[in-house]
Amino acid sequence: MHQLENLYRQIIMDHYKNPRHKGLTDDKNYFTHHIKNPSCGDDITIQTRIENQTIKDVRHDGSGCSICCSSASVLASLMIGKDIDHAEKLTLNYLSMIMNRPFDEDLDLDDAMAYQGVKQFPARIKCATIAWKAFENTIKEWSESHE
Amino acid sequence: MDAHKLKLDFPILQNQPLIYLDTAASSLTPQCVIDTMNEYYTEYPVNVHRGVYQISYKATEKYTQARQTIADFINATFEETVFTRGASSALNLIATSYGLSHVQKDDEIIVSELEHHSHILPWQQVAKKTGAKLIYVPLNKEGRITVENFKRVLTDRTKVVALTYISNVMGYETPLQEIIPLAHQKGAIVSVDAAQAAPHKTIDVKKLNCDFLAFSGHKMFGPTGIGVLYGKQKLLDSIEPIEYGGDMNDNVELFDAVWKDTPYKFETGTPPIAEAIGLAEAVRYLQKLKPEAILAHEQKLKELAVKALLKLDGVTVYNPTSETGIINFNLDDVHPHDAVSFFDEDHIAMRAGHHCAQLIIKWLKVPATLRASFYAYNTEEDVKTFTDAVKKARDFFTSVGF
Ligand SMILES: Cc1ncc(COP(=O)(O)O)c(C=O)c1O
Repeated sequence: MHQLENLYRQIIMDHYKNPRHKGLTDDKNYFTHHIKNPSCGDDITIQTRIENQTIKDVRHDGSGCSICCSSASVLASLMIGKDIDHAEKLTLNYLSMIMNRPFDEDLDLDDAMAYQGVKQFPARIKCATIAWKAFENTIKEWSESHE
Repeated sequence: MDAHKLKLDFPILQNQPLIYLDTAASSLTPQCVIDTMNEYYTEYPVNVHRGVYQISYKATEKYTQARQTIADFINATFEETVFTRGASSALNLIATSYGLSHVQKDDEIIVSELEHHSHILPWQQVAKKTGAKLIYVPLNKEGRITVENFKRVLTDRTKVVALTYISNVMGYETPLQEIIPLAHQKGAIVSVDAAQAAPHKTIDVKKLNCDFLAFSGHKMFGPTGIGVLYGKQKLLDSIEPIEYGGDMNDNVELFDAVWKDTPYKFETGTPPIAEAIGLAEAVRYLQKLKPEAILAHEQKLKELAVKALLKLDGVTVYNPTSETGIINFNLDDVHPHDAVSFFDEDHIAMRAGHHCAQLIIKWLKVPATLRASFYAYNTEEDVKTFTDAVKKARDFFTSVGF
């Protein structure tokens, strides 16, 4: 059986076909981070509103393959309502999981666990991490402005 | 040409399943080229043009012969054959050296949306810096450059015509034999990107009468890190180097210096010696197989494949009429990066993306495409594996909900 069948499971396909929190806003209270992978054309923008140490909203838009686009939707769903320190932990944990490094399996990544199979497709790691890296940059920017 | 027998020449095709359909990016390397480069590193691994000891003499001799072999391959002279890092460096040299010194405000530079980034961006820069205009040849319905459309954009202001010989995305051949004399009638020079032509076309620069031409070693059985710039002698004599340093000068004074004659004035620093010698071996290998025979073989495979693909629903082929071994296609509603992982699992190597040619991908109005390219070492079995995999992939993606 193709490994791909393991990867393209319902969760990923569902977020790909019915993305949540999609569409960008002009609201200046959002942090905006954009990442483009010029070699494949994946192009994702993540917008985040943070208030009182809490992720109040995450928006996303862009173009790319199913792994790339769905992971932005999964990210937004997971992060909204989370405390910023926890959000950072989840982000680093997810990135470690995808890059096949040790990660904390007890930390609840929820739907994002579906991307565990990506490590079997090293060429696709970039697809699964673009949105999350953009979010990681958001947290970095926020932290730097709140030191 | 017996492709099954030919496969035995390629170490990467032994002892592992690999259907290699990405020659348009880089060809595989035959044992003879690897051996020739190994021989340099084991028997005479020293610099050229410098030492007077025996092995340095041998290195210089082999390196010099390599240039002559490659010059003969395109019917150029030794002096007209400049080594570069690849087609990209050669094309940049033409634009930076010739372009910036000859193109003026309101002059016109004819290019096309079929160009690889390495042939469009250097001229885009020349246009920006000089105030010249970039003029795009309108492509016909199939996405081809035609003589008729070329005539429409050719004017008295045309100073440079920069076109690809064969498109790396669509596989179309540009009718240069007719375009070049038309450009010359207007006094324009013609720069030809032959990166996709050299692997399977006998190039005769004298017959073609192009002014500049460039290609890369790694697409024609040769090593990476080396390419060739051809320029007509009088043009190369009249333009300046773009890099300065060791080896390219004759006499150095405190406030001035004199360059060597071409080709050396364009080649500062220690050259890619093993690569030049390896490329000459690749040329011999290519000539033994005969470029025309390779082209006929890959075209036969491409037609077989296209015929099978056109029978499938949910598959779009963008260049069914191409005259080389390149197929540019998509599974409908499946992003090429999703698709390419499926093929990878079946050990089919091909390219997904915009192939360093965003303009033609935009012209096609798609985000990206899949590209399969056939070459001498591909077989009818490879075609069958490939087309079966396309069908399986389409069924798979439909089944998971794409
Ligand atoms: C048509 C064409 N031109 C130029 C190039 C650039 O060649 P290189 O990357 O070897 O410099 C390529 C290959 O990528 C090509 O296909």
